[in-house]
Formats: sequence, C-alpha cells, structure tokens
Amino acid sequence: MKLPLSWLKEYVDLTDISVKELESKLFYCGFEVEEIIHRGKNINKIVFCRILSLAKHPNADKLTICQVDAGKYGNLQIITAATNVFEGALVPVAVDGATLDNGETIKNGKLRGEPSYGMFCSGEELGINDSFYEGASVNGILIFKEDYPLGAEVKDVLGIEDYIFDISVTANRPDCQSILGLAREISAVLNRSLKMPSFEYSVDKTVKIDDKLKVFVEAADLCPRYAAAYVSDIKIEKSPEWLRRRLFSMGLNSINNVVDITNYVLLEMGQPMHAFDYNFLTGGEIDVRRAKENEKITTLDEKEFTLNGNNLVICDGEKPVALAGIMGGLNSEIREDTKEIVFEAAKFKRDNVRKTSRALGQRSDSSARFEKGVDAYTTMLALKRALHLVCELNCGKIAEGIIDRNVESLQPKTIETTFDKINGLLGITVPKEETVNILNRLDFKTEVKGKNLKVTVPLYREDVEGFPDLAEEVIREYGYDHIECTLFENSSITDGGKTDAQRREEAMKKLLVDAGFFETITYSFVSDKYFEQYSLDQSKAIKLMNPLGEDFSLMRTSLVPSLVNVAVKNLNKNNYDGRFFEYASVYLAKELPLKELPEERKKICLVCYGLLESFYTLKGVVEKLLSSLKCKSEPVFEKTNIAYMHPGRTAEISLGGKNIGFMGEISPVFAEKLGIDKRIYVAELDFSTISEDIDEKISFKPIAKFPSVERDLALLVDKTATNAEIIDCIKNSGVKNMESVELFDVYEGIILPEGKKSMAYRIKFTCLDRTLSVEDVEKYVGKILKNLKEKLGVEIR
Amino acid sequence: MIKEKIADLRRQALEVVKEARLSKDLAELRIKYLGKSGEITSLLKGMREVPSDERPMVGKLVNDLREAIENAIGSKENQLKAGETEERLKKETIDVTLPGIKLKQGGLHPVNLVRNELIEAFSGLGFKVFEGPEIELDYYNFKQLNIPDDHPARDMQDTFYINEGILLRTQTSAGQIRCMEKEKPPIKVLSPGRVYRSDYDATHSPMFHQMEGLVVDKGITLCDLKGVLEAVCKKVFAPDVKTRLRPSYFPFTEPSVEIDVSCSECGGKGCSLCKGTGWIEILGAGMVNRVVLENCGVDPDVYSGFAFGLGLERIAMLKYGIPDIRYLFDNDIRFLKQF
Repeated sequence: MKLPLSWLKEYVDLTDISVKELESKLFYCGFEVEEIIHRGKNINKIVFCRILSLAKHPNADKLTICQVDAGKYGNLQIITAATNVFEGALVPVAVDGATLDNGETIKNGKLRGEPSYGMFCSGEELGINDSFYEGASVNGILIFKEDYPLGAEVKDVLGIEDYIFDISVTANRPDCQSILGLAREISAVLNRSLKMPSFEYSVDKTVKIDDKLKVFVEAADLCPRYAAAYVSDIKIEKSPEWLRRRLFSMGLNSINNVVDITNYVLLEMGQPMHAFDYNFLTGGEIDVRRAKENEKITTLDEKEFTLNGNNLVICDGEKPVALAGIMGGLNSEIREDTKEIVFEAAKFKRDNVRKTSRALGQRSDSSARFEKGVDAYTTMLALKRALHLVCELNCGKIAEGIIDRNVESLQPKTIETTFDKINGLLGITVPKEETVNILNRLDFKTEVKGKNLKVTVPLYREDVEGFPDLAEEVIREYGYDHIECTLFENSSITDGGKTDAQRREEAMKKLLVDAGFFETITYSFVSDKYFEQYSLDQSKAIKLMNPLGEDFSLMRTSLVPSLVNVAVKNLNKNNYDGRFFEYASVYLAKELPLKELPEERKKICLVCYGLLESFYTLKGVVEKLLSSLKCKSEPVFEKTNIAYMHPGRTAEISLGGKNIGFMGEISPVFAEKLGIDKRIYVAELDFSTISEDIDEKISFKPIAKFPSVERDLALLVDKTATNAEIIDCIKNSGVKNMESVELFDVYEGIILPEGKKSMAYRIKFTCLDRTLSVEDVEKYVGKILKNLKEKLGVEIR
Repeated sequence: MIKEKIADLRRQALEVVKEARLSKDLAELRIKYLGKSGEITSLLKGMREVPSDERPMVGKLVNDLREAIENAIGSKENQLKAGETEERLKKETIDVTLPGIKLKQGGLHPVNLVRNELIEAFSGLGFKVFEGPEIELDYYNFKQLNIPDDHPARDMQDTFYINEGILLRTQTSAGQIRCMEKEKPPIKVLSPGRVYRSDYDATHSPMFHQMEGLVVDKGITLCDLKGVLEAVCKKVFAPDVKTRLRPSYFPFTEPSVEIDVSCSECGGKGCSLCKGTGWIEILGAGMVNRVVLENCGVDPDVYSGFAFGLGLERIAMLKYGIPDIRYLFDNDIRFLKQF
C-alpha cells in the first residue's frame, strides 16, 4: 500500500517526526516499509523565469535564443529548440549546475557557437504531468499560467517533493489498505490525534431517492451490504488541483470529477466505488444477482465476457451493467454529457470476486481491493465521503436518502477477558494502564473491573476475535523488545530426538557419504516425457492440475530418471567421476483419479559412473548398505530385464523373498539416446520394504572353542554358471559343520578348456564340540564335490 | 683314532660355519652336522668300535663337539640375521611423501546439513521429529490451519493442486494438525520436509524445504518462543547472535511474529547481506491460534502453544553464502563437494 506523506499529513500531525523515525515506528508495530520513494529528490536549481525576448539562432534554423529574467540568478541567455515558448511566458529553467528529476545535470555550454546558460524544462523533466499541474503533459516546455516569484525553486513552490512510503500490509489488516486506515494506525503509534475527513453533505430535499431508484439484492449471500445514492445535475468537469495531485501522488491519472471521486474514495477509505450513468439504468433499477448462463457483458475497457451462475453481476431492469466488484459495464459508463448518476458502495464477498476475476482473467484496482476484504462499516462511510466530495466540488445535487441493503448486522464485537490472560500468553506483565491506554489509542473501547477487561472492537477491525488478538495489539504497541527469553519455565520436560527409523536413515546416509556418494535433492515432479522414455508404468502416476510446465507435471514413481539426469548433467559439465544418491519419496496412487491420499514410499537411489566404477563397485555398496541396516535375510541378486537397463548386467534384489529393488548398468543403447557414451550404474532400493526385514535386536551366539578348518576348492565350471547356483549347491550338500562358503577367485583364460572358467571357493568347517579330524574334512569335501558333479556337472580343477 | 676324527670334524665344521654367508647355508650345515643322518650321528654309530672303558670319555667329546657346532651355528645365525634384516629393511625403504591410496569421500546436501543441525539443536530441548505426507488434503494444509476457502492467505501461497481437495502441501504446518490429532500434550515436535509452491526465480524454487516446530503444553508463552528460537539460532549461527521479534501475520498463530537474527556478516552494523539493516529475516512464528487448537481437539483454555516455520534453503543460503537457490537443485558435483 502506497502512502504519500503529503496526504498523510491531512490526518496526522507529523511535526518533529522524521521520515526515518516514522519508518521505524511503522516497522515495529507490524507495518514494514518496503520502499520509500523520495519524489523530486533529484530536482535542484530549476527556477521560475520570465522570457524577455526571443531571437532566431544565427547558425541553426530550429534553435531559438531567449533572454530570460531568472530573478536572483540575473538575466540569462537560454537556447531552446522548443517551439511553444513566447515572450512573456513564465517557464522553468534549469540553471547552471541544476539537476533534473532523472538525475541528469545541466551545465552552461554553447549551442552552435552561441552560449546558453541553462535549459528550459518540460513537465517530465520535473517528474510531473497534467494530473499534478495542468499543462505539464504538453509536448514542449511547461508554461506556467499563474505568476510565481522569479528565481524561486519550482519544486518548493509547487510542492513537488514528497515521500511515498510503500508499506507491506499483512493479510489480516485489510482496514489498512487505505490512506485513512494507515493514518489511524500511525496516529495510534505516535499517540497523536487523528483528524477525520468530513462526511457532511447537503441534499436536495425535493428529490427523494426512493422515487428514483429501486435496489434488490437477490444474491444476498455474496453481497453483505449494498448502498447507493442518487445525484442529479451533474457537471462533468476537470477535478480541482488538490484532488488531481492526490491521485498523482498515488500514481493515478485524473479523468474527470465523478470518476476521480470514486478513485479518491477507494484510495482514502479503501472502499471501491462505482458510478453509473442513471440514464442508462433501465427501469431506474438495480439488481444484485448471479449471472444467467451465457449472459454477456462488455466492461469499460471494451472487453466482452460470457458469464455463468458463479459470477455476480449488477443489473438494471433488464441486463448486467457491472461485473460486481470488478468493473463497470460500458453501457452505463460516465460520459461527458452524463447528467444523473448512481454511486454504488458495496461489500462483495472476496472469495467470489477473486474466483470471478481469476476465471474471467479480468482484474482491476477494485477487484484487488475486494479480494483483500472490505468491511461493511466502511462501505457506508465511504459513500458519505463521496457525497461530501460532490458537495465540495459542487458538481451535482444529492437526492435525499441513501439506499442501504444492509444484510449484515453491524453490532460491534465485544471481548470479555482478563489482564492475566493477555499477560499469560505474552509471558510478561504489561502494566494495566498501559494495556488500556494502547487499546484506547487503537480505537478499542475498554471497561475495566478489577482483573476483568471488557473490550469493544472497532467495526472496521474484523480480524479481532479474541484475547490473543488483543494481546497482539498490546505487544506490538508496547514493544516486542519487552519479550524476554525463557525456556519452558512453567511446562513439562519432554524427551526429544529421533525414532529408530529416523536414526537408521541417518546412518544409511552416512554410510553412503563415507563410500564417496554425494547426496542430491531433485524435484518430486518430473516430465511426463520420462515415463515414456523409461517405459515406466503410468497407471499410478499422479498428475498436477496446474504444473509450472510439462517438465514438472507428474509426481514421480521412481527416482531413477532424476538421478540419471543428475549423472548426465554432470557428465555434460565434464565432471568425469561421480557417485550420487538421493533418499526421497515416490508417490503411488491407490487409484486414479485420486480419491484418497496416495502412498508415499521412501526410496534410495544410487548412481555412479567413472573410470573405476563397475557393476561390482556399486554392488559392493548395495551389499554393505544392506548389511549395515542389519537385515535378517541375505540379499538375493537375480538377473532381470528392465527396459532401459543393460540386459546382461541388471539384477533384481530381494530380501527374504520380497523384491526390494534392482541395480545394474544403464543400457548403452539407452545411454546413447541420452547423449552419453559412458557407462552409468544405478540402483534403486525400496527403503520401506527393507525396513520390514530389519532386526536390530542383538543376541550373543556362542563362539567355537575348537579351531575351524579351511579348504580351498578350485572348480572348473561352465562359463554361464553363476556364483549363486554354485554356492547354493555347495551349501546344500548335506554337510553339517560348514560355517561359510566364499568365492575368492574367478579365472578365465586359454589354459582352460573351451567354454569353461575356474571359480575358487574357500569353505570353512567348524564344529562346536570337537576338533575336526582330517578324515572328517575329507568326507565333507567329498560330499560337496559329489553334489557339485551330480547337480551341476562341475569338476575340481 | 676316534679322537682325531672328532678333532678334525670340529676344525672342519667350525671353519665352514665361520665361512657361511647366508642363513639358508647355515640351515644346510645344521642338517649336515647335527641332522638325523648327519656327521655327529655317524660318529656315534662308530662308538661300537670304541673300547668300553673309553666310551664315556669319547661320549663326552662327541657331546662337546655337538654343543660347539650348535653354538657356532647359533651365533653365526644371529650375526647373519641381523645383517639380513638390515639389508631387507634398507631395500624396503619407500617414498613416504607419495600420496595415500584415495578413499572416496562424499557429502550430504547442504539443505540436509542444515536440517540435521537444526534437529540436533532442537532435540536437546526435547523436540521429536514428526514427518507428514507431502501430498496433503486441503483440510490439513489450509482448513484446519484456520485458512478457509475465501481467506486471503490462500493467495499468499500459489498452490499446486491435484484435485479440489488434494494438493502438494505448501507448508509443513500441515504436519502440526496431524501431530496434534495423534498425540496429547505436552507436544514438542519438529516437522521437516519438502513443500511446494508455484514460484520460480533466483530466490524461489517450486519445491523447497521447511521445518515446522510446534509446542503445546500448559503455560507456554511468547517468551518461551523467543527463548527457544534464540537458543537454536545461537547454535546454528553463532553464540553471540541476537534475535528480534516483530509483528507479522499467519492465520494459524495469534499473535504472529517474524524473527530476525542479527547479521552474522557485519555483526549488526549493516552490510549488503542484511541490506543495511543489521538484521536478517529468518523465520515466521507465533502463538498457536486458539481456533487451531480447538480444531485438533485441544482445549485452548487449558493449553497454549507456539509454532514456527523456517525455510531450510534460506538458512543454507545465508549460512554458506549461496547466492542463487537454483544451485541447490542443480546437483553439480563441484557444488556438492563444497559442503
């Protein structure tokens, strides 16, 4: 909300208050000043001058040499290219060393051989236009109509300099979306009285409004208050300078007196208003109703809209004449020849204004204001203020009476509370008198009975509902610096920290970090293109209604595309080695369209690439990860096929028979499509499923007292044989005291028979109650070899 | 006869032992003289030819010989070993200035570093961690937080919708409600996680992280709020950091405050980081609105509480001096390596 100090001064005495001080006071009571625009700050040494004579420039057809009287600066010669100057004209001159509004400096100089001791200025060079000073928008030099002292600073005499505060008003304070509202707040914080503007007006008793206008509020639910007044004998004119300047200070242009009044009241009171040309209101009637299906309206800016029952419209006897709260219709707009008008001041439900405004893509200052919320109390006050301005500008006759369809009752709220409750919430004791004083300053009425406090809330403060709101009012005026630091002095001790699952997540991340992986964070929504590219199942993918773009439109069901993308991006930046992981949720709809919240499953995704990486480096990490999590079951890796993965280098991983994810190498064909000629390894594990297999309970197992015996077996096996099936076969040889089987060497080479490889295993035998004899071990090995031969045709080398 | 034999053997043996160069030669000599079928053994075999009265004397001579050879081999062995060890150690000398074999070290994402640091700090004050869903009902994200349909606060946050009633949570505050529905006071929880808003520029990302905190108990005051948050800011930023409260507005708290910390860069004098004010906006907070407590079945006349919410990206950016939020989601290893 913009607040020009020149306007604020009308309501609050700002004597002895500096701009900085005001900014600081506003800040501490909850109104942050985002920017202070110092209008006219740059302007310097632009002074009133009278043109004494004009002469043609001897060396340039388009230049004129002027002699001017610059008061205390003496008589000066100024050369100009402007054509609207004449002898005797009073003009602004930037003399030697002057600065213009845009910061440009003017110096004495020569133009085509003739000296010039300054420059004539346009309105723009003074930062003003017609709304500020009539004639300032002219194409050429600003010519003053009045007489001003020669040599005097133009900015001081015209009062161009101003400070405009741009204040951030929180959503709970729509009452401060107006000059008067902010003035009220400032008067309270400065503890100075508020000078209210006048709401007085005189009426033409010969005309009664009821004879002229009938108002029906059919859609009462969307329009809690609708007030209207009728004014005849309208003289459409230019507004007086003071009014134009006020609009100018807020960045608005003056249109004509009637339109300016409605705009002025919006700025000053925060109540949007509208003026209809009465002659175009068929039947002298206004009906506030929902639009009919496909009903049409053309608004003031000549845009046509097709409406439906969600849109609130103001209608005359037969058709819509305004989109309620958003914009008036072209059919009833104020024209040069308008003679009779109807002023509307209403409260429309902000939600409906917002929805209609969004749906139609039509916004205005009025709709923006309604969306923030106006209060029904100010509605009537604003209408009276507009009528006062009609009187002050003497531009029409006001009929007796105001139509007020007051659907909402206007009883001020009262809050009964105690000083203790307020102080109890704050944690400090604000002196009683101080509390009362602050509330009174803010226009709250108070009744004190001992400990009890009864407060009547001003009607424009719809945000205040209970004692916590009062506590806030008190502390923001009393000062938040009174709040001390305490640590739960009056409350219970609680046990903090993480749950087991949270601790596990952290340990898992630490393990990965220690294994050289960098944690990444990627967006939860991905491009629908990924689903096609990776042939992912779309049946559980959740689509956003209003994504930022197609690239962010579906909630991901796998982390893989995001992490592969991280690898690709890094490779493209010549980051040649990389290990990355992300721990995040995927989102799986139980049914589509979504009726209940989807499942959010925690996944861990690893990706790595680089010179030293292989399927097995990544597998090592996955195995370590699973073992560190203390899973009950051994992970099982089985070859599998996934569309985008290498068909020979991809494994499905399961724990206790449950699939927990997969790992492997991205298919080189797929990588090529991503523009990558390097091998990328990826693993995705379902943390939720893994968690089900975790058993962190530790119980002691006895350690063998007798030494164990190890035997190494080098086996000659088919090249297609897998480690898993050999180990499986060894373990299922029916040998009792076998403690462990471990592969320690794989060899392929020409010294072996065609189609064979050598796999060497170390088998450990332990018996808890005796030392194993050589014979025992020989027997075991014999059994194992027999089983290997029978089941897999494997021979010892 | 035999005596000479013994004397000869003694001379010969001691001579060769003395000449031995390597410990493996000694091992051979030991076998040659002292082994099962060595010279000494064959001497003893000759004992049968010695007259019985001389046997004890000869026996002693043989034993002396054995002892002498053993001693000679033993001391020569020690001598050689010392030399060989010295040689070996000399040979094994390496360049200790060559680099070690690289063990790869990764790192946590800066946003999660901040998250962990905050959780750590709050855990000490009795806070637990509670995570709610990211795809959330309008009911939890807005309605129960005192943000009805027509509330202007809905405009403050551009929401991603999935349908009318389901959305991507815009704030971790949604977790407040779920937590209060589940647990009875005293409650002290943190609810960190991803949140989503339709906004994208140098300081806004459509997905970012918040951490919500909620305390509900008897006798909780605004002073507790300040005390807790100042304690945490001191841990996360610097022990001498100061905090400042100023009025703000959130529908789910009343009174609502914004909390600023004194600028760590300039110590409060004013610099470019704090835009000359000496203060940096860190988080929003407030006393839990009575309506919200009531919505969750907590009696507001018995209990009070405070809540706060902070943006983890913002804190990470401040703490590490990251100028653009997009770095945090680019996942460039050159960036990630810095933390």
